[in-house]
Amino acid sequence: MTLSRTTRVVLLAALLLGLAVVYIPLLVVVVNSFNVDATFAWPPDELTTEWWRKAVDNTGARDAIWTSVQAGLFATAIALVLGTLAAFALARFRFFGRDAVSLLVILPIALPGIVTGIALNNAFRTVIGIELGFLTLVIAHATFCIVVVFNNVIARLRRLGGNFEEASMDLGADTFTTFRLVTFPMLRSALLAGGLLAFALSFDEIIVTTFTAGAEVQTLPIWIFNNLFRPNQAPIVNVVGSALIILSIVPIYLAQRLSGETSGGRI
Amino acid sequence: MTATTTEQTSADRGVTTAVRRRKRAAAAYLHRHPRLRLGGLLSAPFFWLGVAYLGALGALFIAAFWTTDTFTGEIIRSWTLDNFRTLLTEDVYRTITIRTIWVAALVTVVDAVIAFPMAYYMAKVASPRTQKLLVVAILMPLWASYLVKAYAWRIMFSEGGAVDWAFNPLGFGSPGYGLTATVITLGYMWLPFMILPIYAGLERLPNSLMEASSDLGARPFRTFRTVVLPMAFPAVVAGSIFTFSLTLGDYIAVRIVGGTNQLLGNVVYDNIGAANNLPFAAAMATVPVVIMLIYLSAVRRTGALENL
Repeated sequence: MTLSRTTRVVLLAALLLGLAVVYIPLLVVVVNSFNVDATFAWPPDELTTEWWRKAVDNTGARDAIWTSVQAGLFATAIALVLGTLAAFALARFRFFGRDAVSLLVILPIALPGIVTGIALNNAFRTVIGIELGFLTLVIAHATFCIVVVFNNVIARLRRLGGNFEEASMDLGADTFTTFRLVTFPMLRSALLAGGLLAFALSFDEIIVTTFTAGAEVQTLPIWIFNNLFRPNQAPIVNVVGSALIILSIVPIYLAQRLSGETSGGRI
Repeated sequence: MTATTTEQTSADRGVTTAVRRRKRAAAAYLHRHPRLRLGGLLSAPFFWLGVAYLGALGALFIAAFWTTDTFTGEIIRSWTLDNFRTLLTEDVYRTITIRTIWVAALVTVVDAVIAFPMAYYMAKVASPRTQKLLVVAILMPLWASYLVKAYAWRIMFSEGGAVDWAFNPLGFGSPGYGLTATVITLGYMWLPFMILPIYAGLERLPNSLMEASSDLGARPFRTFRTVVLPMAFPAVVAGSIFTFSLTLGDYIAVRIVGGTNQLLGNVVYDNIGAANNLPFAAAMATVPVVIMLIYLSAVRRTGALENL
């Protein structure tokens, strides 16, 4: 079906309008981070870099960012291993209960975050009896990160099929060598895309975090939430938000560069 | 110097050969026993999700049948249906449940309507290069903090904020903090979760099918209705799983832009925190779970789960 000119124009208009709606609030955040008025009167009367200077010196924000990065890295590492294992099992084998397992993998993201949050909170405190802290936070984050790695890897495995692996084995490579030299290189970009999304998901998560991090551990979203409604801290929060928006270009650029293909299409 | 190196190398080689032989034997054994391979692959993820996570959900569900001592705050572990009875009989909970489903449905529809043309342009009109850029443009906002985005809308919806500033000349202003603001904010936040599955679904749809349809005499609209839409439908449903579930569990956006309105998530949160009533929170939490399970089992037939 060749689209008519009018259809194309209408679609393009819809796309541009959509993108505008997506980006205007982000732009407002960035502009407000320079707004002299701490209550963000719009449009800003005057611009200042005062908030940015204050934000750089804010140790609370810096510590929170570091905690979030650590938690994200650990959770992503666990998710990469478990998600890949599950993807291999489901893509390469037919077995009883296969559908149930695939449902199980998506469950942590298909169920509302608050359910996962209080279920894990209850399990940690009353069933297992461990203190909430960094460890419980990482376990909770890994649980909902598995699905994004799984989705990326299984999509790639389905597309690849088993032919390359069979060829490798016919040529005398064993299971491990085949994985190392054939399967893994072809999976690398899918793992990267899945890993980046998992990290992003963990870095920004607040609902499950609220219930599993305990009072001591403060991730960046928790820090932001605690400071959001404090009038003298709100401008700092805006700066941190702007910095995140601008910095988010880096991982996305990396994903594009390293994978050489669209990392999107899969959540 | 050279002599020692050679010696070491040959010793190393001896060890390496032994290791390699053992590795090959293991590989051959695994190759002959697919069940063992499957077990090895599945055991760790299954322990994590099937035992630990599902166990935690089970424990929560059991807790829903307990009660809390109003004086001491201790959990009384005797079986009762009181929590569920309260849930079903008190009007306030029914109102909140219906309101939450309504908001989730509205967010899903708004997102689907906005996302479909965008994804369609990305998948079928844009050149491969533009396509890549557009995917990046859609992915980027996912990295911006959820809270900052919700807060951005709060500021924009405020009196004299950006929404008032932009729309007052047109004769209408900000809806103020309330359910409309909540739907807009949540719809805004979950939009990429709707665009990406639809985009992926449309991209998989072969152009030849659409050409065949028009060759057979179908007008563009008919092709869209009878070929594109049925084939892209599972992808839309896949996106709706995200928008629906994310909305059902949200209690933060509604606190930031929703004024005094409460959704299911708020009731659960308040019962865990302020009221310290885990059993009732657990009972309340079964409501979104049941809604989601009904939803998931209803959409399983469409093949949406393969489109996630």
